[in-house]
Amino acid sequence: MIQRVLKAGFLAGLVVGLAIAVLQQFTTSQLILQGEVYEKAGHDHHAAGNSPALPIVLVHGSGSSTAAAESEEEEDEGWQPANGWQRVTATSVATVATSIGYGLILIAVLLAAGVLIVPRTALAWGIAAFAATSLAPALGLSPELPGSAAAPLVARQIWWVATALCTAGGIFLLARIEYTTAKIVGLLLILLPHLVGAPKAATFKSTAPAELAAQFAATSLVVSAVLWMLLGLAVGYAWHRLEPRQNRGVVAT
Amino acid sequence: MNTHSVALDTGIVSATRTEALKAALIAAVLGIGLVFLTGFAHSLVLHNGAHDTRHALSFPCH
Repeated sequence: MIQRVLKAGFLAGLVVGLAIAVLQQFTTSQLILQGEVYEKAGHDHHAAGNSPALPIVLVHGSGSSTAAAESEEEEDEGWQPANGWQRVTATSVATVATSIGYGLILIAVLLAAGVLIVPRTALAWGIAAFAATSLAPALGLSPELPGSAAAPLVARQIWWVATALCTAGGIFLLARIEYTTAKIVGLLLILLPHLVGAPKAATFKSTAPAELAAQFAATSLVVSAVLWMLLGLAVGYAWHRLEPRQNRGVVAT
Repeated sequence: MNTHSVALDTGIVSATRTEALKAALIAAVLGIGLVFLTGFAHSLVLHNGAHDTRHALSFPCH
């Protein structure tokens, strides 16, 4: 059983992660690179006091200027993948690992809930997971380009995790428990993080044009939606394919 | 089906259920561990390596 669970989660996550890694290179990664051009220009402008033209040097690139190094938030930032194959590889590995992690969590939840795991049911739970980990957190913390203003990281991470858990729990109570009280509690759980409110920055300081930031927020949500839907289908399919031979042909309803 | 076989079936079902829950727990721990490393860990190397993924999948970043 354990082997089947880990194999299904790993394989589904790997295949979907690779597909999403490719999708990211053509969508979100392009927008991040564009955003960084403005972020870098903002830093240089701030440091030099005058910026006649947009320098095409990326803030996360290896050839950072002394002006950027001296600017306010540039402390020792440790190793960074250089733009090009290093960055593409690092992003792809991180995306595949996230996808495998999400795949394992999805299977764990499906098993714990005692649901029959087939592509149709796993897809439905995958869509619910998208609502919990992407849609609901996005209402308080919009997916943002580098260079945006933001509240302290730990506070945002706590709010993100709490929102994902409350939304997931709320959807479960609404969709799976027949008691009216449970449904009311579920609805309140979904609303709670938004009534408390996400930690926000005191001022806006994004250097990227509003159009670019808006495009990024929407693109990020679409990429997450594709990830979760593919992951649901893949988990359901992998689980079915890895069924021990003696059980094959027994169709549960 | 007599009482004995019903009891036996129930035993098998609960044993399978326990096994499923155990497997679910292991998968959940591994999955949460992976997502923590890629999406939340504060280590500079992990943050920088996963930077674009964190932004793309709307994890809080920076």
